[in-house]
Amino acid sequence: MFDFKSAAQRQRSLFRLRVWLAVLAVVAAFSLLGARLWVLQVQDHEGLLSRADSNRTAVLPLPPRRGDITDRNGEVLARNYLAYTLDVVPAEMGEPDLLLAQLSQVVFLSDYQKKRFRRQLAQAGRFTQVPLRNDLTDTEAAYFAAQSFRFPGVSLKARWVRQYPQGQVAAHVVGYVGRISEDDVKKLDAENALGNYRGTDIIGKKGIEKSWQEVLHGTTGIESVEVTARGQPMRSLHRIDPVPGENLVLSIDMDLQRLAEEAFAGRRGALVAIDPRNGEVLAFVSQPSFDPNLFVDGIDHESWRELNESEDFPLVNRPVYGTYPIGSTYKPFVALAALASGKRQVDTRIYDPGYFELGKTRFRNAGSAAYGNVDLHKSLVVSSDTYYYSLANELTIDSLYDFMKPFGFGQKTGIDLDTERQGVLPSTDWKKKAFKNKEQQRWYPGETVSVLIGQGYSAFTIMQLAQATSVLANGGDYFTPHLVKAIQYPATGTQRLTQAGPTHRLNLDPEHVRAVTAALEEVTITGTARRAFKDVAYPVAGKTGTAQLFNLKGSKYKKEDVDERLRDHSLFMGFAPSKAPTIALAILVENAGWGSEIAAPIAREVMDAWVLRDRTPQAKSSPP
Amino acid sequence: MISLFNLLLRGVRAIDWPLFLIAALLCAMGLLVLQSAVGGTDWRFADQSRYFVFAFVVMWAVAIIPPTWLARIAPLVYGVALALLIGVMFFGETSKGATRWLDLGIARIQPSEIMKIALPLLLAWYFQRREQRLMAFDFVLAFVMVAIPFFLIVSQPDLGTALLVGVSGLAALYFAGLSFKLVVPAVVLVLAGVGTVLVFEDSLCAPQTDWVVLHEYQKGRVCTLLDPTTDPLGKGFHTIQSTIAVGSGGLYGQGYMSGTQTQLDFVPERTTDFIFAVFAEEFGLYGALTLLVLFALLIIRGLVIASRATDTFGRVLAASLSVVFFVYVFVNVGMVIGLLPVVGVPLPFFSYGGTALMTLAVAVGMLMSVSRHQSAVDTR
Repeated sequence: MFDFKSAAQRQRSLFRLRVWLAVLAVVAAFSLLGARLWVLQVQDHEGLLSRADSNRTAVLPLPPRRGDITDRNGEVLARNYLAYTLDVVPAEMGEPDLLLAQLSQVVFLSDYQKKRFRRQLAQAGRFTQVPLRNDLTDTEAAYFAAQSFRFPGVSLKARWVRQYPQGQVAAHVVGYVGRISEDDVKKLDAENALGNYRGTDIIGKKGIEKSWQEVLHGTTGIESVEVTARGQPMRSLHRIDPVPGENLVLSIDMDLQRLAEEAFAGRRGALVAIDPRNGEVLAFVSQPSFDPNLFVDGIDHESWRELNESEDFPLVNRPVYGTYPIGSTYKPFVALAALASGKRQVDTRIYDPGYFELGKTRFRNAGSAAYGNVDLHKSLVVSSDTYYYSLANELTIDSLYDFMKPFGFGQKTGIDLDTERQGVLPSTDWKKKAFKNKEQQRWYPGETVSVLIGQGYSAFTIMQLAQATSVLANGGDYFTPHLVKAIQYPATGTQRLTQAGPTHRLNLDPEHVRAVTAALEEVTITGTARRAFKDVAYPVAGKTGTAQLFNLKGSKYKKEDVDERLRDHSLFMGFAPSKAPTIALAILVENAGWGSEIAAPIAREVMDAWVLRDRTPQAKSSPP
Repeated sequence: MISLFNLLLRGVRAIDWPLFLIAALLCAMGLLVLQSAVGGTDWRFADQSRYFVFAFVVMWAVAIIPPTWLARIAPLVYGVALALLIGVMFFGETSKGATRWLDLGIARIQPSEIMKIALPLLLAWYFQRREQRLMAFDFVLAFVMVAIPFFLIVSQPDLGTALLVGVSGLAALYFAGLSFKLVVPAVVLVLAGVGTVLVFEDSLCAPQTDWVVLHEYQKGRVCTLLDPTTDPLGKGFHTIQSTIAVGSGGLYGQGYMSGTQTQLDFVPERTTDFIFAVFAEEFGLYGALTLLVLFALLIIRGLVIASRATDTFGRVLAASLSVVFFVYVFVNVGMVIGLLPVVGVPLPFFSYGGTALMTLAVAVGMLMSVSRHQSAVDTR
């Protein structure tokens, strides 16, 4: 008993010691605070007081003007215009409910705007400007100006607002800006760039507007102003001018872009046209499209739901985000792989009875047509599946992977856009990572058969197909595809180009390229694309394709239109003029059936427009 | 009738009057300053008054609960808090760049707030259970209990709250009897580290210096503290303006509602994290020191309660809750007067906001619970 008690007492006195030490630490720490307070409030008091007095000088951010975006000929895709806005100073406005009630009799205020205003009011300082309404019409502005005496604290201002004059055309290229969100703030804060966004309320959200945000934004300036006791600016003391954002000149040709989009005639799909001589993207189509102007001031609920829930996925950037099996348009590249491997010569003949047998499985040609003896040339012209199936015994999936990877298949092309997806270039390694089940991790020879005709696990973006076509067209130079051709300094108008030479060069045998090109030319003369390219004025190399359906997303389709949406995708890849190509393109039209019927005619229209325009003397296609 | 009277008596007895008076005084001062910070008329004043009433009820309710009950629910509270913290990681709502909130359908809660209470509670319970047979391993385990919520909160990111939770947890280890052989070197190491940063500021903040462990933005935050003028539009702005506000207060202050820094809107976040700047500008050094003394009294009263407690649970709980208060005040005031980086810790009883106030009310209530139930035993 005694022992226990003394132990408890010992423990208690030990604890008291620790508590006393803690008290000492608290006192010491608070003394430190007190000392610092003394330094500030007594020693530095005079200096800080005079700074507080001169703190009648407020430091105001001067937001920079955002750069414009134009196409290669100077046609505007994104610009700023001055719009009337209503700003409110909370300290002077009186009761917010009353203000909103009275003000909405003068100018229109939506519920959304009112709600946003209240939310911002809760976080704003009393002398800061809280935006209430953007983009007043001239009539509204005049009406308010006449009544403004009734609304102290509410001021009519002019402010730069982003505008996309092209509307739906090239919307997926240019993207859009929107209000800076909390996620944006987090990101900017992490980059320590938040200071540069003081005074700015928009930021690039999609497309070029997003991927070139920093260049477009510029640098925020600073102005020190003397303010009255009520916080009103009186005179400027010191000023560092903002550096306006730089203008972007796109490689897109808006005439070509418009023509291409119209050629889709309301069908869903993607098209990318590249200049194979330098990797400049000439047209970039994603259909259906949307109007980016909706997003500038925050999209309203209804429009957002309509866009977001549409079964046509207008917001999906198909050329870089949609991954598809590309069907027969893959064959020219497989043909090159076969030649490079030495397993096929240009004149090697394979007997095509309409099917290929691997073990006990029979792989049939599309439509079960039998073509007899087929060499490389004929295999592309008639699109014999069996010729390619037969490679399954000789080419391994990994050697195919090694050959295709430098073309950019299953790789991000590195185009200057957000949301680019990688897709899948199948290999044994890929399968090991993609599946958990041991059985599924193995690669089966039968799977190689489908991959050889661009089906099976293959999933590429149309951007990748266009890029590979461009590489084939120029004989092996890989230029990173890009949409921004030049950056222009707004002050001087001088431009600097974004890219010089090719990123890397593929080691392609010119003989092989010539053989494949010759066959692709024949495709447009007597082959599967002959109707689409009837009487064409210049030589064209191309290949049609049809891909079994592979949805963009697993969505629930309505029963009544299942049939239409289960149809195959129609594809075409090609370049022209085939002797010295100035355009290489890839196109996919969703659920449109045979490539020769829908995709090839659109490709023809685009090629005609570009190649023939190139030949007219007044064409201004060659850049400085 | 008699039972009702007894209940009332128990209720009155449950209150630790010194603690209550200090807290009430701080609350009153807090409301006064908030009124000035919002510039006279604002809904926040009414809001905060309502919060105080509610907080008082919560405090009282917790004070009535005997410590033995508190000990019983400790592991459950910690477990729930931890689960919610993990929930935040996956389903949290992001606000102002940090993911701290969790929407439970009925209410939005901030699990890190619960953890401020739950961690001292759990550690107190744990050391009580292991009393008489404490081994080194117990401290290792307790350290892990501190480290898990700490890193979860750091990743939100919420450095301020993480610091609070971490320090109060380590304090619990100290009060539970962690060997001085470990405590002394740790304290020395921390002090030396801070000293090094201060002495070698220039070379450390040079752009080419790569801080191996920390992110670039964290480096930016520390360097902005050391020299706020490097980022006058960003984070440095807060520190510059708040130190000017404090300094311009002088000995006697500019007078209530007359601080130009405050009233002209130069002090950022002046109703929440930077409310101390408002107070120091308008009430001067005398006011500020008075406030510090009041807070010191609150903390010391908490520690006294701890030293009078008869069991390990009461001691560790009361002492580490007192440390929570200490860290709150020290970090907040240190941040406002430019001693510490801007981490976002509110000033207890002063900063506008209901959630933090509820945490404080529970903490004060628990201190009272330990205090009153102990003395009841003592007098018998």
